[in-house]
Amino acid sequence: MCQVGEDYAEPASEEPPPRQPGREQKCVKCKEGLPVVVIRAGDAFCRDCFKAFYIHKFRAVLGKNRLIFPGEKVLLAWSGGPSSSSMVWQVLEGLSRESAKRLRFVPGIVCIDEGAACGLSPEARAKALAEMKLILQTVGFPWHVVALEEVFDLPPSVLRCFAQEPVGTEGAYKAAVDSFLQQQHVLGAEGAGDSPSLAQGEEQLSWPCTQDPQNPQSPDRPPTAAQTEALSRLFDSVKTLTAKEELLQALRTHLILHVARTHGYSKVMTGDSCTRLAIKLMTSLALGRGAFLAWDTGFSDERHGDVVVVRPMREHTLKEVAFYNHLFAVPSVFTPALDTKAPEKASIHRLMEAFMLRLQDQFPSTVSTVYRTSEKLVKAPRDGCAAGPPGPRCLLCMCALDIDTAAPLYLQTVPRLLGLRLPCICPRRSPPPHRPLHPAVLQGWGGCRAAVGGPGPARALLSQGGPPSPRHRAAVLRLPCEHEGLALPGPPAALHLGRGPAPQPEGLHRAADPGVPG
Amino acid sequence: MPAPQCATCHKARAALRRPRSGRALCGACFCAAFEAEVLHTVVAGRLLPSGAVVAVGASGGKDSTVLAHVLQVLAPRLGISLRLVAVDEGIGGYRDAALAAVRRQAARWELPLTVVAYADLFGGWTMDAVARSTAGSGRSRACCTFCGVLRRRALEEGARLVGATHIVTGHNADDMAETVLMNFLRGDAARLARGGGLGSPGEGGALPRCRPLQLASQKEVVLYAHFRRLDYFSEECVYAPEAFRGHARHLLKLLEAARPSAVLDLVHSAERLALAPAARPPAPGACSRCGALASRALCQACALLDGLNRGRPRLAIGKGRRGLDEAGPPRDGEPERAPAPDAVPAF
Repeated sequence: MCQVGEDYAEPASEEPPPRQPGREQKCVKCKEGLPVVVIRAGDAFCRDCFKAFYIHKFRAVLGKNRLIFPGEKVLLAWSGGPSSSSMVWQVLEGLSRESAKRLRFVPGIVCIDEGAACGLSPEARAKALAEMKLILQTVGFPWHVVALEEVFDLPPSVLRCFAQEPVGTEGAYKAAVDSFLQQQHVLGAEGAGDSPSLAQGEEQLSWPCTQDPQNPQSPDRPPTAAQTEALSRLFDSVKTLTAKEELLQALRTHLILHVARTHGYSKVMTGDSCTRLAIKLMTSLALGRGAFLAWDTGFSDERHGDVVVVRPMREHTLKEVAFYNHLFAVPSVFTPALDTKAPEKASIHRLMEAFMLRLQDQFPSTVSTVYRTSEKLVKAPRDGCAAGPPGPRCLLCMCALDIDTAAPLYLQTVPRLLGLRLPCICPRRSPPPHRPLHPAVLQGWGGCRAAVGGPGPARALLSQGGPPSPRHRAAVLRLPCEHEGLALPGPPAALHLGRGPAPQPEGLHRAADPGVPG
Repeated sequence: MPAPQCATCHKARAALRRPRSGRALCGACFCAAFEAEVLHTVVAGRLLPSGAVVAVGASGGKDSTVLAHVLQVLAPRLGISLRLVAVDEGIGGYRDAALAAVRRQAARWELPLTVVAYADLFGGWTMDAVARSTAGSGRSRACCTFCGVLRRRALEEGARLVGATHIVTGHNADDMAETVLMNFLRGDAARLARGGGLGSPGEGGALPRCRPLQLASQKEVVLYAHFRRLDYFSEECVYAPEAFRGHARHLLKLLEAARPSAVLDLVHSAERLALAPAARPPAPGACSRCGALASRALCQACALLDGLNRGRPRLAIGKGRRGLDEAGPPRDGEPERAPAPDAVPAF
């Protein structure tokens, strides 16, 4: 790899000296078993050592970061894909071990049915759902299957950033673990089994939680056709695949967090593997999210305040995950995603994925290099102005804005997503007096850079006071789309985003403040 | 269907659409807009104060040609005077033709031209000699590593020779975006931490440098050169195909095709990267041999030349720079001599 500090790798055709196949080669760890898989460059592992290595990595990532306290409720986000299935399996196995090394949290599984966004037919969705339920029942954790359409029913409180819980110090974690162990000890001595934490020695089948597939607070029903229609109209109105994927991620995140909050989970685990995170990092760079890389790809993501997103699979490469799933028969479900069968140049995500995998072929240390760089990123604004009061946050990704906004923006699209009703605001005439919006929604709306996007032909100049003036550096908000922008779903005349007047030449607008180009 | 009217003057027929905004402009209005933007970049960033003597790194390529032309147009307004400095790396079959182009330009604009050659400055080491020295054993020649460091040194020398107070180079937005991608793919945290911004203010006695074209897209630079009928040299360096930057460049072209704002989004991202303090480069001091800006005992240029002279060209490339006459634990990466991003200037 043309990595700083290393020479260029040998050209791909030059293999390491070919070893004799078969009996002579042994596992590099135990030196006895027959190797079945090669990890990294030339490390051949036998089946048992590979399993131990894999499990150890999972536990080490959790243990090193010390964020998951014993007895805590953790929601596992399962998409059916290989990485998240592997994660669920690891948790399953981790909970069933002998008590000293047992994982000590209380898991639940959430699965989001995104069929409507991907354009699947109801039959295909039902079929995928049935397969998933089969696996969920085998795993045995309390599970929630939520359709993406429910994002329309989210309350506006999801947009409010809750106060962040103080991060536990080293001492606090240790104290928590010690007290938990004591508690277990006491319980074991008494033989009672009704503590809220893990039952001693019981398998996970004795969970008291319900197995109801839906949110117990809402009636048990599949999403209505009208909701499905609204969701597919929303996604159809987004013109580029890049924007669709970003929108899907934002909606999915909000929905998962909502489920977590409703059911009292304080942590969410996602199954992003090392390879996926490296690709995500480069994609975020290209989308302008350089300020938020640490949150997007780090181990823990606390921007939502009360619920922390954790990525325990971040040190496992996709190759390891695939081999583990194959060797140890981890069940997974394939569901078509937004970009299944999309051509390579269809979106930034696809491009980056293809590029990284191709480069990885040629320079085998690409992914690990990018991953290591991501470990050096910290969660702070670059010039250390974090000490001041927290600024406005992006509506979609809840990160502090990284551009200047001259005036708060009154978003049109997201409130509609969330079911609020707003009259449409045309940028060219003064807006009609609108009904009072939810105060949480009004405060400090803005779009972060990725949503705002660079100067493009489509601009939605949404300001409260009439047509924009050149001095009015309102951050232009549009969900990332390149040409015509979002057309709103719904009967009222949709906000038409045409080519807004660019009051200044593009470069001037950009160069107006080189310290903070926006 | 006839071309639309120019959106600015409404008189002439539009000759192009600007790549980013899509506005249709005629040639003259486009050139005026381009110059206005560069002026704004310089003024708003306070890059070139009035009375500065500015050394323009001229390679004969499109970027430095456009840069020199625009600065010449803007010189009366900014109150600066220009000197052309060209660097002769000694790449046969490439640099000679480029230098001829620079000489023609200097004559056309009536600007004083100084040519500094690697062979004179660095004890006979031309790039061809370096390539011969590092070739072999299946490894790449790492030519861009040597050339980039040595060229910056040479530019600094040339600028001092002509008594300049500032150095400008013709890096455009695409160059900056490629640099960001490349540094991430290579894991070069030190350069990522240092990069971004509009140039370096000139620490420790080094001349301040800036890149006035940093926010202009490459397409616009080419279009400007076309409309102003500038004469430049447009071939690729002989060693370019082996450079890692080629991968980043290819990726950038794909990204730009998928989403035109990707170039500026990358530059925006790079400015806002927050790296851990441990990953940032140490505060610069002075080189013990030549007195130039250096993060370690020896500046990178001296270290590279040292390796070349000892017959071990890779001595200064790589972690730790072991074997050099300096104490210290091995460190990651190779912090560059001067705090400027290591972009191969697309002159």
